[in-house]
Amino acid sequence: MLLGSLPILLLVLAYLVLAANRHAVNPADKILPLPSSMAESMSALMFVPDQLSGQLVFWADTLASLQRLGIGLGISTLMALMVGLALGVLPPVRATFGPLVTGIAVIPPIALLPILFIALGLGETAKVALIVIGIAPVMIRDIAAHVASLPREQIIKAQTLGASSWQVMIRVALPQAMPRLLHALRLALGPAWVFLISAEAIASDVGLGYRIFLVRRYLSMDVIIPYVAWIAVLAIVMDVVLTVLSKRLFPWAHGENH
Amino acid sequence: MNTLLSFKDVWVEYGDRIVIEKLTLDIEAGSFVSIVGPSGAGKSSFLRLILGQEAPTQGEILMDGTPLRAECGPDRGIVFQRYSVFPHLSALRNTMLGMECEKSPIATRLFGARRRAAREEAVEMLKAVGLGDSLDLYPAQMSGGMQQRLAIAQALVKRPRILLLDEPFGALDPGIRADMHTLIRRLWSDYGLTIVMVTHDIREAFSLGTRVLALDKRRHDPHAPHRFGATAVYDLPLKDRIVHIPDERVSITID
Repeated sequence: MLLGSLPILLLVLAYLVLAANRHAVNPADKILPLPSSMAESMSALMFVPDQLSGQLVFWADTLASLQRLGIGLGISTLMALMVGLALGVLPPVRATFGPLVTGIAVIPPIALLPILFIALGLGETAKVALIVIGIAPVMIRDIAAHVASLPREQIIKAQTLGASSWQVMIRVALPQAMPRLLHALRLALGPAWVFLISAEAIASDVGLGYRIFLVRRYLSMDVIIPYVAWIAVLAIVMDVVLTVLSKRLFPWAHGENH
Repeated sequence: MNTLLSFKDVWVEYGDRIVIEKLTLDIEAGSFVSIVGPSGAGKSSFLRLILGQEAPTQGEILMDGTPLRAECGPDRGIVFQRYSVFPHLSALRNTMLGMECEKSPIATRLFGARRRAAREEAVEMLKAVGLGDSLDLYPAQMSGGMQQRLAIAQALVKRPRILLLDEPFGALDPGIRADMHTLIRRLWSDYGLTIVMVTHDIREAFSLGTRVLALDKRRHDPHAPHRFGATAVYDLPLKDRIVHIPDERVSITID
């Protein structure tokens, strides 16, 4: 922990030195703002209501982005669990829908963004849909592959214990898919953020990505840098929460061998 | 002794490859049958037939006089060499699963008195295999020997008509294997089990079984080796074994 924070501290230090140098030459420099000007701009966004909308801009942005991300991740996770389980356990389902999922998974989601905007309008739906289309197929394929690779012996054993196909699904496959699902969700967080910021950058009126791309026009590095740092903090918190959750809920999947 | 399982002129073919041919034999209730034979001589196919995982191409298999259904059911228990236990369940829950499946078809959970009864029975069975102190351990926290004990308890709780062992001790250390031999002999006599065990270990086959079956190809055609299947080439009853059951309960060690 201590060792890991060293490079980050060095990076911050390097930035401060460079920013101080630039400000020594030109006190009005906007490219590498000093922490003081960042704090000033950010406190205006955080604590002073916007004159037009009356909202606290920073918090409104955060809420809007997290809501889109949450709905997108939630829908994707649910889809991954249900479709992935069906694809993994039931060979006829895999034969029918496997190629479709693969087909969707290989399309670059950003290429679909215009279609989504045209079909679903510029509202929330298109942004959430982009996140879902971007991450759900990958998660589905991961869960399906994981479930399909459960040892054949386990399934036979369950059947000799009197388990029906339904019972094999909910008592053998589902619980063993759960830790994998959280893992898949963790890995999907990165792409989900990319799709969120992309959708917000192109058409939105609120959101972290929207704000960054808006103030870019004014070269407002004093807003962009704190926003990016804030996104990093949010992403790290989500990652840690998912890891802790997985260890707490599924200790059997994390225990080291005897 | 009455016949539990009888094979009547059973053939197993995959395409034009014949795996088992003309197999006719009876297995009596209460016997401990060891199956030996070289690799590819149909030992696994034989086990899969009894398990119901596959059906004979020709001939029929009768269990208690009625044809065997070609699907895995709770009347036949199985212990594989590996992957016989569920990694996401503790020892106790692993053992209770069979009872939960039977008594709660949709939710597969038991509550109240029925849960307590199932738990009690599972604890009893775990004690019988020497896992009385490991109820809450997950399989990943257990040694190979303990996992096999758990797999046996899990199968026995269903009171199967026949217990199938597919090289159950193949992956264990020699010392632990000896303990497991004592255990399986004791369970066999205590519960009046009928056991069919496939093994690679000839000594194990003879020391445990009341009957040893050797499966192999009777004929061999060098130009078409796949056209002759295996059958029981030796069928050795070991009568004296039935009387002599060493009671070594005290020497059971938990590995």
